[in-house]
Amino acid sequence: MKFKLKASLATFCTMLIFASFNVDAQLVAVPALTKRVTDLTQTLSAEQQSQLEAKLTAFEQQKGSQIALLIVPTTQPEDIAQFGIRVVDAWKLGRAKQDDGILLIVAKNDHKMRIEVGYGLEGAIPDLTAKRIISEIMAPSFKRGDFYGGINNAIDKLIALAAGEQFPEPDHTTSNGQNFNNMLPLLLFGGLLIGGILRAVFGRFFGGTLTGGVIGLLAWVLGGGILAAVFFAVIAFFITLLGNSGLSQMGGGFGGASSGGHDTFSGGGGGFGGGGASGDW
Amino acid sequence: MQKIYLKLLTALLLLNLTGCGYNHFQSLDEEAKASWSEVLNQYQRRADLVPNLVNVVKGYAAHEKEVLTQVADARSKVGSMQVTADVLNDPGAFAKFQAAQGQLSSALSRLMAVSENYPNLKADQGFRDLQAQLEGTENRITVARNRYIGTIKDYNVAVRSFPENLTAMMFGYKTKPSFAVENEKAISVAPTVDFGDKK
Repeated sequence: MKFKLKASLATFCTMLIFASFNVDAQLVAVPALTKRVTDLTQTLSAEQQSQLEAKLTAFEQQKGSQIALLIVPTTQPEDIAQFGIRVVDAWKLGRAKQDDGILLIVAKNDHKMRIEVGYGLEGAIPDLTAKRIISEIMAPSFKRGDFYGGINNAIDKLIALAAGEQFPEPDHTTSNGQNFNNMLPLLLFGGLLIGGILRAVFGRFFGGTLTGGVIGLLAWVLGGGILAAVFFAVIAFFITLLGNSGLSQMGGGFGGASSGGHDTFSGGGGGFGGGGASGDW
Repeated sequence: MQKIYLKLLTALLLLNLTGCGYNHFQSLDEEAKASWSEVLNQYQRRADLVPNLVNVVKGYAAHEKEVLTQVADARSKVGSMQVTADVLNDPGAFAKFQAAQGQLSSALSRLMAVSENYPNLKADQGFRDLQAQLEGTENRITVARNRYIGTIKDYNVAVRSFPENLTAMMFGYKTKPSFAVENEKAISVAPTVDFGDKK
C-alpha cells in the first residue's frame, strides 16, 4: 500500500515537471520605458542614439506629441503587430486626451519593422502613409545595412507629418517643475532659517505654523502647485517644531528625492488602436 | 420608533446597492457596449474597402469569377445585417454576425491568395495601397476584438460572481457572448501548402 502511494506521488510530480516544460514559448517582454530611443541590439552608436533622442525631445517640447523608437532582436513567437500593441498599451505614448503617440519598432533578426500610430495621429499618418514610409524610406536603407539613415529619415518624415496636425499647445509646466526642483534645497534652508527666527520669537507652536505658512506660500509661488505647497508647509511646520535635531536627516532625504528620477521619459497616457503599418526588408 | 427603523432600513438598502454591485454593472455594461461599438466600427471600415478592392482585381483578373463573386456576396451579406449593441443580448444573432464576418474574411483571403498569381496586379499601385489599407484594418479589427474580449470577461465575471449575480438576476443582466473561434475543426488541421505545378 505504501509503495503504491509513493509511486503514484512520484509519477504525479514527474508529470507536473513535464507539464511545466510544455508551457507556451515565452513572449518577448515589453522593455521598460526610460528613454525615447531604446536599442536592445546595439545597432545604433551612442552618438546616433543621442542625436535621435535630441530630435525627438525637441519635437515633444515644441508640439507635445511623443515619438519613440524601439529596436529589438526579435518579436517571435508573436507577430510584430501583436508585440507592438502590447508595447504601446504598456508605454502609453502621447498625451492622454490627444492620443498623439507614435512608436517605430524594428525587429532586427526578423527583418521586420512597424510604425504604430496613436488614435490622434491616424489622420496625419494613415495606414497607407505609414506603409509608404516603411517601403520607400526604411526598407531600401535597411537593405543596404544603413539602419541609422533609414530610421533618421523615417523619423524626419513622421515629424513633418505630425507637425501639420492641429493640437493644443504642449504643457509647459515641466520647465517650471525643473526650476522648482532647483529651488528645493533653497526652500529647505530658508525654512530652517525662518523657522529658527520665528520659533525664537513666537515659541514652538506659533513659530511652526508661521513658518509653515511662509514656506507653503513660497513653494506655491515658485510653481510647485497647491499640493506641493501644502506638503512643504507641513514639513516646514514639523521641522520648526522639532528643532535642529531632525533637520539634517530630512534635508538629506529631500536632496536625495529631488535629484533622482527627473530625466526619465515616460508616456503621457495616450491610446492606440492598432493603426499604422508593418513591413519587412 | 417605526420611522427610525424605516430610515435605517433605507440606509441599509442604499448601502447594499454598492455592495451588491448595481453601479458596477452600469459601468461594466457601458464599457462592453463601447468596446462592441469599436468592433463594429472596424468591421464596417473593412466592408467599405471591399468594393474598391474588387474593382481593382477585376481590372487584371476578370475571369476569376468564382472568387470575385464570393467576395461580393459575402460583402452584401454583411452589409444587409443590422447590427447594434442589442446583438450582445441575443447569442443567436451574435453567432450569425460572427459567421457572416468570418465568411467575408475567408473570401478576402482567397482573393488575396488568387491575386498572387497576377504579377501585374501585384505591381499596381492602387492594389498595393488597398492591400496596405486592408492589412491595417484587419489589425485594427484584431485589436478591437481583443479589447472587447477583455471587457466582456470582466462583465461576465461580475455577472457570475456571488453576491453580485443576485443583483444581476434581479435586473436582468445576463452574460454577454465573447468571440469564439469560428471553426475549431478547420483550424485544428494544419494547412497544406501547395505550390501547384509551376516550374
